[in-house]
Amino acid sequence: MLFSRACLVALVLAFGLALGCAAAHAATLQEGIAHFTADDFDQTLAGLNEVAASGSPRALTVIRALQDGNLMFSAEKKAVYIKTDSGKLVDAATGQPIAGAPPADVDNVRLNNRVRGAIDAALGGLTLLASDPAARYDAAQAVFKSRRVSALKALETAIGKEQDPRVKRAMLEARAAITLSSDKGSDPDKLAAIEIIRQRGDQDALGLLSSLPANTSAPVMKSAAAAIGAIKNRLALWDAVQNAWYGISLGSVLLLAAIGLAITFGVMGVINMAHGEMVMLGAYVTFVVQEAIRANDPALFDYSLAIALPLAFIVAGCVGIVIERTIIRFLYGRPLETLLATWGLSLILQQAVRSAFGPNNRDVGNPSWMSGAFDLGGITITYNRLWIICFALAVFIALLALLRYTRFGLEMRAVTQNRPMAASMGIRTSRVDALTFGLGSGIAGMAGVALSQIDNVSPNLGQGYIIDSFMVVVFGGVGNLWGTLVGSFVLGIANKFLEPYAGAVLGKIAILVFIILFIQKRPRGMFALKGRAIEA
Amino acid sequence: MTAHILIRSLDRGATLFLIAVAAIAIAVPVLNLALPESSAFHIPTYLVALFGKYACYALLALSIDLIWGYCGILSLGHGAFFALGGYAMGMYLMRQIGTRGVYADPILPDFMVFLNWKHLPVYWYGFEYFPYAALMVLLVPGVLAFVFGWFAFRSRVTGVYLSIITQALTFALMLGFFRNNFGFGGNNGLTDFKDILGFNVQAETTRAALFSISCVAIMLGFLLCRAIITSKFGKVLIAIRDAEARARFLGYRVESYKLFVFTLSACMAGVAGALYVPQVGIINPSEFAPANSIEAVIWVAVGGRGTLTGAVIGAVLVNYAKTYFTSGFLAPYWLFMLGALFILVTLLLPRGVVGTLRHWTALRRDRASAAAEDGVREPMPAE
Repeated sequence: MLFSRACLVALVLAFGLALGCAAAHAATLQEGIAHFTADDFDQTLAGLNEVAASGSPRALTVIRALQDGNLMFSAEKKAVYIKTDSGKLVDAATGQPIAGAPPADVDNVRLNNRVRGAIDAALGGLTLLASDPAARYDAAQAVFKSRRVSALKALETAIGKEQDPRVKRAMLEARAAITLSSDKGSDPDKLAAIEIIRQRGDQDALGLLSSLPANTSAPVMKSAAAAIGAIKNRLALWDAVQNAWYGISLGSVLLLAAIGLAITFGVMGVINMAHGEMVMLGAYVTFVVQEAIRANDPALFDYSLAIALPLAFIVAGCVGIVIERTIIRFLYGRPLETLLATWGLSLILQQAVRSAFGPNNRDVGNPSWMSGAFDLGGITITYNRLWIICFALAVFIALLALLRYTRFGLEMRAVTQNRPMAASMGIRTSRVDALTFGLGSGIAGMAGVALSQIDNVSPNLGQGYIIDSFMVVVFGGVGNLWGTLVGSFVLGIANKFLEPYAGAVLGKIAILVFIILFIQKRPRGMFALKGRAIEA
Repeated sequence: MTAHILIRSLDRGATLFLIAVAAIAIAVPVLNLALPESSAFHIPTYLVALFGKYACYALLALSIDLIWGYCGILSLGHGAFFALGGYAMGMYLMRQIGTRGVYADPILPDFMVFLNWKHLPVYWYGFEYFPYAALMVLLVPGVLAFVFGWFAFRSRVTGVYLSIITQALTFALMLGFFRNNFGFGGNNGLTDFKDILGFNVQAETTRAALFSISCVAIMLGFLLCRAIITSKFGKVLIAIRDAEARARFLGYRVESYKLFVFTLSACMAGVAGALYVPQVGIINPSEFAPANSIEAVIWVAVGGRGTLTGAVIGAVLVNYAKTYFTSGFLAPYWLFMLGALFILVTLLLPRGVVGTLRHWTALRRDRASAAAEDGVREPMPAE
């Protein structure tokens, strides 16, 4: 006691009257902190609770330091310090740097799981009154998870003051959770709490309701069972929505990967096995652009994808045109040989990238506007997936417009439908072929930029998509982009709906069988071109 | 009848080829077993195993050439049939381990004990008997090919569509076999074999015998293919290859022809896989990888599509190059070479090595006979 009073005097002398009003806090804070020097878990726990209850503005800092293992004590001097990031010691109660050399016997305040649990609860209680609504929300969620009765008082105060409806809702849920899991509390209170939890309706709510204490009365139990049923129905519904969302997301990826393939196959009847490697090249362009930005001007990082997109299109497109002019040109009319030659090409491209960038995954970052997620109802939607869906649709629409409204598109369609006739009409079919191949490869490159955001950028990136995109093309049919659109989304959604029931592998096998049976009915895909020239 | 077929299928080249294979089948084991290690002509055992591997690949190449070279069916999933035959043999070899496994379980293979399985799955029943396993080596790939081909050929899935679907087939099988609960050892596959028909698989004599058997298998497969392609049936196959629609309009049931030859080819690939497993000592799901199947096609392309001897020679050549280059300092460049091989062969050497040689000799003979009399040239097969 004498020690703390001496400290108090010292404090007042040192910092003047401004701190005087905090003196009452400081007293209990000091008393709480003093427990930490005992090097005993029970004492640490007691100290933690006193610090948490002190209401001092330093309490949060001290408890955080305790949690991070930065709270130090010296048994000899009976003093407690916080180790800062730079390794210096500051006094735990005042935050002032210590004078002179640190004591010889300074050591961490040790933690065990019991203390750690108490720290989480104490932090939850403390931040309930924080000024940042997001921090208050997180605190309420922490209390909901820990269900510590000790947080009830702080929670009541916080609920009284809370203005933000979302945060208030979380706090009410937290209070309901405490009410339900405590042995005490009247039945009407508990029934009201169940109602609140039922409206929350997620996995945590389900867990809470199915682990009520044993002595809960029958009516409460009955109401809880009803609530569990309602929540389960709701969760099943959201599960289906989530699957559909994943399916759409996978579909958009397939669309991006397959659309270039559909063009080259549709126009030239050429299966390009190196298509996946164009996707891979696009991803590596993104990596190179990001590296350059990191090295030269990190502020531009958010624009890295916007810079990488046209570059990837140009790089992959040029590679595509070179391939067409040097290899594929000589193999027209021999689709099986083309397939083998492009496979060889894919081996070379993969190995070239492996030699240049190494065989390991390269780190491609998400720009800030593509990272993070938001909750929509019961599902979580990540921004990168959302942007990729938008991007895939944008590419699709742009390509559709290109085919419909430009001269190049017109020539392309003419060559697709009847090559000799188009040639007789004065269309330079070989030029159309080269440009089409470049376009298809360029789109694959742009797909690579998008895929670099959700997949590992490695030399094998393209291989993972090639078979699936072929399936899309076979299923959707060639010569019509709508077939590719429908094909990719149908396969994407079917895949994701089969996965939870059959597992990823059996789902894939089921889809393969489905496609084999489907092409019984329509051997040329859903949206097949008709006419004599096609059968050739 | 048999004699007639034999005489018909054996022209001079085919006879020479058979004699050469037979000579190798005898010479290699003799040089390995009879000569002392110090002798300059001694062939070390590891080379015998390596040659055995090549022989199995050659048989696989024969089976691919039968459908691609003579019927125009490009299967990019023949590795699946090869691996299925291999797994059937692997299952027999697993059951032969008995109590000598790590866990010493008399019934269950090690990986099942490891996965805590209590009973042998039903589809493993009977594999302790060699005749049953040998039957399965033929039946499993055959039935799969029959069912798959029945669906595919009946709906006239041709050309690249068929190639892609076969590739997806082997890809799906690979994913399946990678799973532990599929019951085939998952990732690690089947390995650690001890005995085959009571002989130690590691022993020099067994290896030599397996090599000779593989060579005999090549000879039998070659004879079978020759018998088919020189028959009337074979002429129809070639007609289907060169003009499928015309063959159909002439009244041939194209899908039945294709189905028969596809199923037969799958069985041959299965036998190749079954001979491959005891010589290599392991079978795992990576054998199903689509890349393997495509590589097998390039062996045929290098040797010469539509020439049976070419398929065998191509398989041996490419695989010898692979062994040679992947073991030295050139290893990082092997994929460049393989890729370039794909491109160069399709662009510059579409007939393959043997095909080009034959083309040259045919041209020379033509010129000679054209000088003598105004002969009619035989038409070259269309690509």
